[in-house]
Amino acid sequence: MEERYPPLLVSVLCIGLAVLYLPILVLIAYSFNASPLVSVWGGLSTAWYVQLLHNRQLLDAALLSLEVALSASTAAVVFGTLAAISLVRFARFPGRLLLSGMVTAPLVMPEVITGITQLMLFVSLLQTFSWPHRGFLTLVIAHVTFCIAYVTVTVQSRLLSADRSLEEAAQDLGSGPGRAFLEITLPIISPAIVSSWLLSFTLSLDDLVISSFVTGPGATTLPMLIYSKVKLGVSPDINALASLIIAVVGSCVIFAGWLMRRTERRRELEMRMAEHTDDSPSAAAAIRSLS
Amino acid sequence: MPFFFTLKISFAESVIQIPPFTDIVTRTPDHHLHLSLSFTSFRYLFTDELYGLAYLFSLRTAFLSTLICLLIGYPMAYAIARAPHGTQNILLLVVILPFWTSFLLRVYALEAIIDNDGLLNTLLLRLGLISHPLLIMRTNLAIYIGIVYSYLPFMVLPLFTALEKLDRTLLEAAADLGSAPWRAFLEITLPLSVPGIIAGSLLVFIPAVGEFVIPSLLGGPGNLMIGRVMWDEFFGNHDWPTASAVAIAFLVLLVGPIAIYQHVSGRQLEG
Repeated sequence: MEERYPPLLVSVLCIGLAVLYLPILVLIAYSFNASPLVSVWGGLSTAWYVQLLHNRQLLDAALLSLEVALSASTAAVVFGTLAAISLVRFARFPGRLLLSGMVTAPLVMPEVITGITQLMLFVSLLQTFSWPHRGFLTLVIAHVTFCIAYVTVTVQSRLLSADRSLEEAAQDLGSGPGRAFLEITLPIISPAIVSSWLLSFTLSLDDLVISSFVTGPGATTLPMLIYSKVKLGVSPDINALASLIIAVVGSCVIFAGWLMRRTERRRELEMRMAEHTDDSPSAAAAIRSLS
Repeated sequence: MPFFFTLKISFAESVIQIPPFTDIVTRTPDHHLHLSLSFTSFRYLFTDELYGLAYLFSLRTAFLSTLICLLIGYPMAYAIARAPHGTQNILLLVVILPFWTSFLLRVYALEAIIDNDGLLNTLLLRLGLISHPLLIMRTNLAIYIGIVYSYLPFMVLPLFTALEKLDRTLLEAAADLGSAPWRAFLEITLPLSVPGIIAGSLLVFIPAVGEFVIPSLLGGPGNLMIGRVMWDEFFGNHDWPTASAVAIAFLVLLVGPIAIYQHVSGRQLEG
């Protein structure tokens, strides 16, 4: 069915996309500008990129951000996946509603509130148990908290759409629940796990507000450094840094998307082939009716 | 959990020490726990009209930006939902991609365009359309532009999900029965996409109310977005109890929208 595609709709779509991308493209263009002024085009130059490499403070901040993002996203994926599984697979248990509400709360909570409440928790803990001191550890804990929300939601929706009978079939054929999980469920939800890890990583890498609240002396993350510089106006070395970050993150996301689509397609193909070689559709139907 | 501690500190009194607040539970000499609640911060919240104004301003700003987002996002989502399948995936990726790139950097990138000597003004001046640069930076207009630009993907995605699920045969039936396309849209597409509209609007509205980065980088020095007020109270004045009280009041204000969102999204996920 080919329907009329209103030109108005197409133009709105194009304008919308242009608005989304124009600032980023302009930023990248300016990062190669030899002149430090935004309004003057002084010719092509990579001087700002070279300058970045010699900025010790900036490199330290970038390293700290990467460390925090790596640990936080990995921990968040583990906890978030567990939460998603318990929310989907165990339909009723005490506190289920509370868990689902608590886990997804940071998704919709404004960042300033998450930040200030986390800090208050850490300060109270510090007073009571003299642990944890503000710095790397509190940064990681705070990031894990909000990343879990994204992981849980992503994995949850994948689990809900997964075919449960596969797992049941594995258990019927004598595999233990642990093995059925490792060999059936985990591969099925692995695309969601990978994408939520990536999402957590970028979110953690990017977070300014929550980090500013929970960080301690000496622990300055990259966004905090960028923010304090940007506050003073447009500066060309930040343009270069921003272009670098955008280029790296963008290509990673596109690559991951491509990789995921490829594995998805291959699995679909395998499924189809399996259906064709299997000559007993009635048996499959019988199994399905049993479950 | 963290919420309760904030609640606790919002009842405490501001003192100059580290951390800058008093403990509300103290042990008296005869080993009785003594609870002293201070409502100073809350009273302050109600008597100083700054906070009331800030809440109103934040709500208005968030509401208007959400409306603009909806007006731009709906046609976009509609166009994507009706695109051929292959194009659809690419378009979706294109919409999501900015969401993956740094939020802070995107706001910063916007600054280069709408700044007084930024691209937009330079272009318009060169073309001779305006004789003086437009003052967009450091105004409320800049905040609107910033919020719409940053949160547009949040609006488009739920709308797309709702529109994509829509049963196309209903529209065909309406057309067969002689209804004009716009009427079919108004009577079928629009009502059926209401969950998407609600989810998308709240996804934009809730973070926009508490937005800090956008008003602080793009907005003028006097703008009263609540996120900024809280930030200043906290980092500028080191008044933790007041900042906590602002946060608590703010959260109470947002409980309604958040609950609605969780209800809608929960139904979408499970239904």
